Amino acid sequence: MADSVSTADLARWMHAFAELVTEHKDNLTALDAAIGDGDHGANMDRGMRAGIAAIDEAAPDTPRALFTKLGMTVVSTVGGASGPLFGTLFLRLGSALGDSTEVSPTELAAALRAGLDGVVARGKAEPGDKTMLDALAPAVTALESAAAAGTSRSEALQLALSAAEQGRDATTPMLARKGRASYLGERSVGHQDPGATSAALLLAAAVRAPL
Amino acid sequence: MKKLINDPQDVVAEALLGIEAAHPTLRVDHQHRIIARVDAPRPGKVGLVSGGGSGHEPLHAGFVGPGMLDAACAGEVFTSPVPDQILTATRLVDGGAGVLHIVKNYTGDVMNFEMAAEMAALEGDLRILTVVTADDVAVQDSTWTAGRRGVGVTVLLEKIAGAAAEQGRPLEQVADLARRVADNGRSMGLALTSCTVPAAGKPTFELGEDEMELGVGIHGEPGRERVPLAPAREIAAMLVEPVLADLPFRRGDKVIAFVNGLGGTPLLELYLMYNEVNRILAGHGVQAARSLVGSYITSLDMAGTSVTLLKVNDELLSLWDAPVRTPLLNWGG
Repeated sequence: MADSVSTADLARWMHAFAELVTEHKDNLTALDAAIGDGDHGANMDRGMRAGIAAIDEAAPDTPRALFTKLGMTVVSTVGGASGPLFGTLFLRLGSALGDSTEVSPTELAAALRAGLDGVVARGKAEPGDKTMLDALAPAVTALESAAAAGTSRSEALQLALSAAEQGRDATTPMLARKGRASYLGERSVGHQDPGATSAALLLAAAVRAPL
Repeated sequence: MKKLINDPQDVVAEALLGIEAAHPTLRVDHQHRIIARVDAPRPGKVGLVSGGGSGHEPLHAGFVGPGMLDAACAGEVFTSPVPDQILTATRLVDGGAGVLHIVKNYTGDVMNFEMAAEMAALEGDLRILTVVTADDVAVQDSTWTAGRRGVGVTVLLEKIAGAAAEQGRPLEQVADLARRVADNGRSMGLALTSCTVPAAGKPTFELGEDEMELGVGIHGEPGRERVPLAPAREIAAMLVEPVLADLPFRRGDKVIAFVNGLGGTPLLELYLMYNEVNRILAGHGVQAARSLVGSYITSLDMAGTSVTLLKVNDELLSLWDAPVRTPLLNWGG
């Protein structure tokens, strides 16, 4: 990862995430209907559309302003557990990146780590609980390693996406221990986690934007 | 799907318009979806705020008024309210004595109330304590799940904590009383049919004509097991025995016995159930000191029932008996 990214780049990343959520809305809903209450696609789509509209209107000029606006909007429009979890991720990203106008790869990885820590604190989940964490945590670790090794940015993001997708796929045989799916016990086994699926889209968006 | 609705997307907004029109003692903030006492905030009184997904009416809006809640936050159907909504309601009812948040134990509800309390803490001008209800004994291995769900005891807690707040007790005391209620109440439910979420348009789960879901949650979450249809006296035993064994309730205990309808079951059947429940309690030497029979925490149009037992002492009983003036609970002078 050689180059740094600007606030405008980060905004394009979030636009790409919103597009991917819209494209995968029906799939997210179908995954959630199997082990949850079947509203994950609709809730994430509503929240990201509102979030994008809010940042387009506010035209933030720092990463902090961008992610604070997005996070607050997502929290106040999504509801359920996904609102606070994705909202916390964005809010922590914003406070970690602060006002720096050029974000280095190492800073970006560190900010995603801060966001991940926020999700852990909010959701009190652990890896292996069949949650969004199972996609997000390996992706952040991959990004940190790549940043430390000086890998090119596009390659680093590809590595992070692969790690997220592997983590997402690994949720299928897991037994859910958090959220509504946990009430299913053994019946949650054999279904891919919708939260891990939408979290992997965040990395897919970074590749698509490209960041 | 056969429902008295216009557009599935407008169900909550239009119901709030009806609540406002029907109850002049309530005021409704339609933008934030908050139902509050018309005289809020009451200076010097602890404010009580609850909320959750819509679809469980009369919980919570039907319990707003003197002697119970100061405000309720209505989420989308079966979706928790959001932090700025909860924070707005909290500010609205804060009369300077602090605010108690009453939260049912569901992942989304807990997180959204938690964020609202954190946002309030950042501003530094509001004192908030939180009590979480988790009384559903159907969820057994709580170490490996999101924990027990908050169900029927929430209604009893809102009444008792509301009475304590109305008496002018300080926030810590109201919260302690609320926790005692949460700790001493247990529930279990049973579905005869699934509910149908308006936006989904079809039943949440399939249940055969000759089957029941034992231990069902109020969003149609699966229960302990699917069992063959049985007479009411057997159903009562399936619900009461695990509840009694869990706390455990003992010979000589006094309880408030609450037989609740889940939305699609007639009062006639609920009274028939109450008779069966009361008979089982008497057999165990547990005295039903007070009763509540009716549909107070529902799951849309689900047919079925839940039984909640709350172990009480004289203090809790006198708070239960204290005057209350809400659309759905209304007694005393």
